[in-house]
Parts: sequence; structure tokens; C-alpha cells
Amino acid sequence: MKDFDPDILKIDDLLTDDEKMVRDTIHQFVNKRVKPIIGKHYMEGTFPKHLIKEIADLGLLGANISGYGCAGMNNVAYGLCMQELERGDSGVRSFASVQSGLVMYPILAFGSDKQKETYLPRLAKAEIIGCFGLTEPDFGSNPAGMLTKCVKKGSKYILNGTKRWITNADIADIAIVWARNEKNEIEGFIVDKKSKGYEAREIKEKLSLRASDTGELILEDCEVPEENKLPFTQSLKSPLMCLTQARYGIAWGAMGAALDCFEEAVQYSKTRVQFDKPIGAFQMIQEKLVYMLEEIVKGQLLALRVGRLKDENKYNHAMVSLAKKNNVFQALTIARIARDILGASGITIEYNCMRHMCNLESVITYEGTHNVHTLVLGNYITGIDAFK
Amino acid sequence: MKIIVCVKRTPDTTTQIRVKPDKSGIEQDIEWILNPYDELAVEEALKLKEKNGGIVTAISLDPDANNSVLRRCLAMGVDEACLLKGGKNYDSYSVAKLLADEIKQREYNLVLFGKQAIDDDNYQVPSMVATLLDVPWVSVVTKVEVNGDSVCATRQIEGGEEIMETKFPCVISCQRGLNEPRYPSLKGIMLAKKKEIPVKEIASLPESVAVTGHEAPSPRPPGRIVGEGSGAVKELVRLLKEEAKVL
Repeated sequence: MKDFDPDILKIDDLLTDDEKMVRDTIHQFVNKRVKPIIGKHYMEGTFPKHLIKEIADLGLLGANISGYGCAGMNNVAYGLCMQELERGDSGVRSFASVQSGLVMYPILAFGSDKQKETYLPRLAKAEIIGCFGLTEPDFGSNPAGMLTKCVKKGSKYILNGTKRWITNADIADIAIVWARNEKNEIEGFIVDKKSKGYEAREIKEKLSLRASDTGELILEDCEVPEENKLPFTQSLKSPLMCLTQARYGIAWGAMGAALDCFEEAVQYSKTRVQFDKPIGAFQMIQEKLVYMLEEIVKGQLLALRVGRLKDENKYNHAMVSLAKKNNVFQALTIARIARDILGASGITIEYNCMRHMCNLESVITYEGTHNVHTLVLGNYITGIDAFK
Repeated sequence: MKIIVCVKRTPDTTTQIRVKPDKSGIEQDIEWILNPYDELAVEEALKLKEKNGGIVTAISLDPDANNSVLRRCLAMGVDEACLLKGGKNYDSYSVAKLLADEIKQREYNLVLFGKQAIDDDNYQVPSMVATLLDVPWVSVVTKVEVNGDSVCATRQIEGGEEIMETKFPCVISCQRGLNEPRYPSLKGIMLAKKKEIPVKEIASLPESVAVTGHEAPSPRPPGRIVGEGSGAVKELVRLLKEEAKVL
């Protein structure tokens, strides 16, 4: 498969040597440690927990944070890591995205110095795992409607509510939980799993992200010490800022899944013989492969541009919506096409495309649905908010 | 403990090699990697340092002064690197001489090499360097144990293992099985980026070996299907034994 270069536009030339070294390191790691075992975990519906420490030892968790034992990489290098992880599986990338963008980032951005020093180095080393509790059973695209409440009682806060569709819920030692206070503002808390009234339940019956831990957090008069409240939040804006971080990584990650599907489809097209010639000789297959390559090249350039703007501190959430929306939609389309090219083989776990396809059905929904990102961009264009 | 690791840039095992039209060498616009056997040497150096303390220096001789493999060594955790610009990769003696001249100027307990470079497969440089340094060497090593100022090295021989003991300073060349090389950590890559890699221009020696040409191997014959189902196994085994001679 080395006889053509998928990097047709020499996008590699836009990367620095260290960005390439970071990408190639994670690429090798995923080939060696993730790909051989991921199918089995997917079939069994288990998250490959043994990889957590290895991912942490690589320095992947919070890799774009400076200090606190983190690598301090730029956002492009971080994005390339997400691309390579998701070449393996969206579930593995989700684990890293949540720990980095949705747990470490809010502590860094809205936490006290003591909270940063207590939690960030341990989260970077994966001594503790985190999850992010924003979505509720009845409030997905509309988090502003959340029902989870927090009430101050002496030196404690009492939390009540349910959070659902929470990645890492069952394996998390701490949860970043968002709840409404008596003044109707949204507050953020670092909730320890040992807190009284805290319970995590795994959601088992999934047909997507099967190699990822997804669950529910039940907070029943859950007691959280005052010092675990994130002091510098600004109501709903703060959790949305976290989501922008994670969505940025997803824009890159989706292209990783797409690349894996593309390479698999190319390989299959060249070796699968029907009517006495490789199916890659048929115009309808070639058209499909060309579509995949075009969309991958465009998606990568899009992610790279947003990354460079993020590094220059010139990015905004609308750009991230554009990249997440486009790249996940195209990755899902590419995965479906790959599955089609692979015919019956494509439905088996021996190949990767259907696993990626099923995963991407979640990725297109989580972290802002495709439709919500469309409306974010609609608002950007017209100045009119369609969801208010 | 002062450890020097000598490393070489070699073509990636999966890259497509093309011979130059004038057959003087191969086209250079390919993927390059740290020679995989040298990677074992780097890993062993880092493990010995982690256990016994000390400093690890990587040295690479590169006619084009390309420092990419030294960057990788630094990212893996090597303390310092030195790039020697000059030499020719084909002539084992001149490579060994230039490396030995550099090593002589440094303090060291141990010099580590990969047992061979995967491009020219000469196997000669480590033992030549040891000879030029006038120190003992053990080659094709699969296990290293350090006890004070002596080192116990296990090497592969036909049908078994040979265990050799020697004193520092010495040269060891590393074989697969010795360890599992670590990935550079992302933090290591960021730190490596900030480190300077000094470049020493060195005068080339008169060539003792001349390369007169390169030829690409003849294309592989197409595969053939020997039969289907379990009935084909016997014939397949026979062909693998008698024709391909791999069993």
C-alpha cells in the first residue's frame, strides 16, 4: 500500500518536524497496541483499560497544557494525536478527549491554584480518571434547561439530578458536574466518586462506541465540599468553552477514522477480484475512492487551519463548529462508502470500516449534534439565533 | 556511568527504494528512520542510566548532516547528542575510524551499537570501533547485566547462548530480544525540540572501498494458487520446503 501517497497535497510540508514526530509516535503506538486488540473489545463491549497507563506514559493526556507535568504541545500536534488515536477507534480517542478537553481543561481554566495542583498532575499521569457531567436525560442539545440543582448548606453543596451519556462515567474517579444554583446560574464542581450520594451506572446496550465506557451519573443529595466548586466559572459559557476544546479534537479525530476506512477500502479494491479483475478497476469503485480522498484532504486542511488559528489565539467556537460538523459528517459518509466497497466482508469485525461507521454515528451526535452546529453557523451568518 | 550510543539513519523498512539512474546510490526522497537495532541500543542505554544513574550521549555520522534520528534519541530520553558531518556510509572502516576518533575525545564506560545497520548490513562497525579504541567488545547481545565496573553480556550463538563477562570500558552491539524500545514521550519530543545538537564537520578519509553500482532486485514472480481447502496443505508444505526452501 506504499505505492501511492494519500497525502496528495503534501500537507506534511505544512507541519513542523516535532509535529510530525508526535504524529508518527502515536501512529506507531496505535498500530502496535490499539489495532490488534480493539476488535475484541468492541465485540465484548469493554473499554481497553490496560491502555490507560500507556496513553498517559506517552504524555497524551492534557498534552496541550503547559506545566503540571503535561507536554505543553501546540494545538496542531494535539490534533494530530487525536487523528492517530481515532485511526484506532473513536472510543479510545473519546477517552483521551474527555480526560484532556473536558476534565483537565475546566480545572485549568476555571479552577483554583490548589485545585490545579491537586488534580492536573494526577490526571496527566492517569492516576485518576475524570468524566464530564453536563448532558441530562431530557436536556441534550439544550443544556440551558438542565434540572440538576446545587444548594449551599454550611460548608457543603448538595447536588441533586441525573447526568446521562457520560463517557468514562463508570471508570471515573472524579466527575466535573454542572448544576444550577438558587440564582439560576450554572456552577461547576469536582465531584469525587466516593462522595455520599454519588452513583455511576454503565449503559451497556450500545451498538456504537462499544469499546468506550458510557454511563449515567446519579446524584442524590450528593455532598460536595465547598472547596471542590470551580471558582472561576461564568454560568453556561464555561461548559460550552470545554465543549469547544473537545470538539476541536474531534474534528481531527474524525479524519483519523476516515483515513483508516479509506486505506482499508483502497487495499480491498486492489485485491478483491470480481469479473476477473480487481474491483478497483471499475469506474464506480474509483469514483467512490476519489470522493473519499477529496474529502479527507479537505477535512485535514480544515482541521489544520483551525489548529493554527487556535495556536495564534485567533479562533472562535463557530470555526470549531464548522470543522467538527464537516469532518464528522464526511468521515461518517466515508465509513459508509468503505463498508459498501468491502461488501459482505465489510460487515465483519475482521475489517475496521463498520466499527468506525457505527462509532461515528455517535460522534455525529455527541459534542453538539450535526444539526446544532448547522444552527451555530446559521447564527454566525445571519445573526439570528434559531434555537432560542 | 557514561554511555555513548552510536546511531545511524537508515531507510524506513516500508519505504520504496529506487536506484538512481546513474546507479551511484538510491534516491534520497524516501522515509528515513533510526536504524531499528540502534533503537535497541538507545533503549538499553536509557535503562542502564535509569538503574545506575549517569549520562547518555548519542552520536551519529551523517554525510548530509541530517539530525532527525538524533532528535528521536533525545525525545526518547537521551541527554545529549552530537552530529558528525562527513564520511561515507559504505566504507565500514572509515565510519569506524571517524566514530572512534570522536569517542576517544570523550569519557565513557560503555559504547553501545545496534548489531548491524539495516541498509548495508555490514555488521563491521562495532567491532572495528572496539579494536580502534583498544577495548573489549561483545557482539549480538540479548541481555546486559552491570555489576559495579564489570558487565555480563549474553550473546546468541548457533544453537545456544554464550555468556561473556568483561570490564568497563567496553563496546556492546545489540540484538533483537534485548529489550522493547520505548516510544518517545510527547513531553520528551517537546524537550528535545529545545535542545541544541552540535554539528562537527569532519574530514573524510580516503575510501578503502569503492561502490561501483547499485542494482534493484528483479521483480518478484507472481504468486500462484496451489489448491483449495485442507487438501492443498500437503502440496503447500512440499513447495515451501522444496521450492521456496523456507521450512
